Amino acid sequence: MMPRSAVPTNSVIARSAATKQSSWIATARFAHLAMTICVMAALAAPAHAADPIKVGQYGAFSGKEASFGTAAHKGVILAFEEANAAGGVLGRPVELVSEDNQSKAGESATIAKKLAYRDKVVAVLGGNPSSNSLEAAPVLQNAKIPMIAISSTNPKVTEMGTYIFRVCFIDPFQGAVLAKFARDSLHASRAGVITSVNNAYSVGISKVFREKFTAAGGVVAIEQKHSEGDKDFRAQLTAIKAAGVDVIFHSSNYTEGALICIQARQLGFTGPLFGGDAWEAPQLIEIGGAAVEGTYYSTHGSPESTAPEVQNFVKKFRARWDGETPDSIAALGYDAALLLFDSLKRAGTTDSVKLRDAIAATTDFPGVTGHITIDKDRNATKSAVILTVKNGKFAYVETVAP
Amino acid sequence: MSEFLQQLLNGLSLGAIYALIALGYTMVYGVLRFINFAHSDVFMVGAFIGYYIGQHVPQDTVGGGLIVLLAGMLGCALLGMLIERFAYRPLRGAATLNVLITAIGVSLLLEYSGQVFFGATPRTFPSVFPSTNFAFGDLVISSNQVVVIVVATLLMVALEFIVHRTKIGTAMRAVSLNPKAAQLVGVNNDVVISFTFGLGSALAGAGGILYAMNYPSIDPLMGVMPGLKAFVAAVLGGIGNIPGAALGGLLLGTVETFVNGSQWSTYKDAIAFAILIIILLFRPAGLLGKVSIEKV
Repeated sequence: MMPRSAVPTNSVIARSAATKQSSWIATARFAHLAMTICVMAALAAPAHAADPIKVGQYGAFSGKEASFGTAAHKGVILAFEEANAAGGVLGRPVELVSEDNQSKAGESATIAKKLAYRDKVVAVLGGNPSSNSLEAAPVLQNAKIPMIAISSTNPKVTEMGTYIFRVCFIDPFQGAVLAKFARDSLHASRAGVITSVNNAYSVGISKVFREKFTAAGGVVAIEQKHSEGDKDFRAQLTAIKAAGVDVIFHSSNYTEGALICIQARQLGFTGPLFGGDAWEAPQLIEIGGAAVEGTYYSTHGSPESTAPEVQNFVKKFRARWDGETPDSIAALGYDAALLLFDSLKRAGTTDSVKLRDAIAATTDFPGVTGHITIDKDRNATKSAVILTVKNGKFAYVETVAP
Repeated sequence: MSEFLQQLLNGLSLGAIYALIALGYTMVYGVLRFINFAHSDVFMVGAFIGYYIGQHVPQDTVGGGLIVLLAGMLGCALLGMLIERFAYRPLRGAATLNVLITAIGVSLLLEYSGQVFFGATPRTFPSVFPSTNFAFGDLVISSNQVVVIVVATLLMVALEFIVHRTKIGTAMRAVSLNPKAAQLVGVNNDVVISFTFGLGSALAGAGGILYAMNYPSIDPLMGVMPGLKAFVAAVLGGIGNIPGAALGGLLLGTVETFVNGSQWSTYKDAIAFAILIIILLFRPAGLLGKVSIEKV
């Protein structure tokens, strides 16, 4: 069965929002009808073997974190369509039940409850920003529904319980990679750090960066803070510039990242700026323009990689989404879905305890973003890549292995 | 020293935008004695008008920038007058609280209609004015900051002229002083109030475009925080007092910037608002406000 909601691309967001009300009513009616049919079917015969396996996905499909959510969603949809075209999983079709958290705090927990208790999904994919996953994880842990976080890199996410997994690396690793890159490749000795104080991801990655950069002989000359949604960073950047730094590391999202690059250049800072994987979005270049040229960020994979799995995925993704090139978040979404299908096959059932054990036992799973092994803390062990912005496009710089 | 001057400049350019929005709050309060909470969303609409018009004018030219600015101001003036005509005029004479609740309703209506029409995803504002940096030693001024300060100053001077040197301005002050007496001497209150909303909203529209030029990522909820800050600025300067609103805006922007650049940046809003409370403790009517005695 096709997923219930298609991803709104930028041009149709307004339209899809306008029809939200009516589609809600339609959904409610459909759900009612479906329930009636289910009850009738249950009365008539035992559950049919070809009932779809329902899998939930939550994410930011609109709002300021929309780039992550929509990219991951497109990857997930592609995986579901392929699985169904190949005859489904365990002889049953897979159905994606997805919902938008609109980049709002609190929504992810509500959606997790709906998915767990109303839709009765067997597993949940999702969580891009760590703050979303941290909201949804306790709910799903209580309901004993396995969750595979897509790009939530804060270590706390999988510490929420034994049913919470992820397909990406974690912040300590990413912070260490960036510190190493700043010291060895950018030859930086004094760094300025900008952290978003109410973003779990940003606080975590800044902390590790500071430790590793100092341990590698560098000096974090100054640390500045901002809040989510801030747009004026001139004050922080003026203070950073006055502290005399070689590089500026910003550990939060792409919107703030792009504005920081613009304002840093306006204030006359000429050194490199870099960020973590939260910088990965086409909007970084769209908003930042010339100011983001020559900036760097670390991420999970690059579509420019020549590995056959990657090239094959890029080809399929472009064919499905009008020639759009997938970013690494889309690839992680795809990997999360494939890892789940693989675990379902190995478990041989949708029973939540057996499915959990199967996901936990994943070893050397050949994903698009690298070979994934789930460790004892339910995190994925894999490598990171560094990308840069060159002539208005993202370009590959180097791969850093764990 | 150069860091201090740079921060002062950053603060003034942020404060100039707060001041433009604050003027709208204060003018409406001066005439109608209520806070138009929808004002911050008119500011957002201004930015979106700029976004759409900005794609059809030549980029990076002064002429194109002025067209965008004028279009945003006209569009917002019209919107402000429509809001007044359909939401507030039917409630003229009702308790202030009713009008206040209506204002909050209009504010939410604009924000969420914005999400329907524009989408919740942030848009990138086109660069309408040419942008370069001027360096004076360590001090760097971007042309956008210059545009903000110049445009804001010109608009405030123009406003001062309209209010004190024109017939309609005299009528506005008359309505503000005593609406019934104004009517008795032949002032058409409806026209004056409509004009006040139009003027205030045009300033908000200009503020929206200047803000979007400096921070080129716009979304339907972008007005909320600047609107709140501008409201505080209006109260700080003495609500109902036009130079007070300008002073309040500049002061708030500067304080916020200095706190932001220090190690206490996490507390920037807390410190800015604490200063508001302290000033109001010593000057309850705001910096330039006059204490008025309510006659019962």
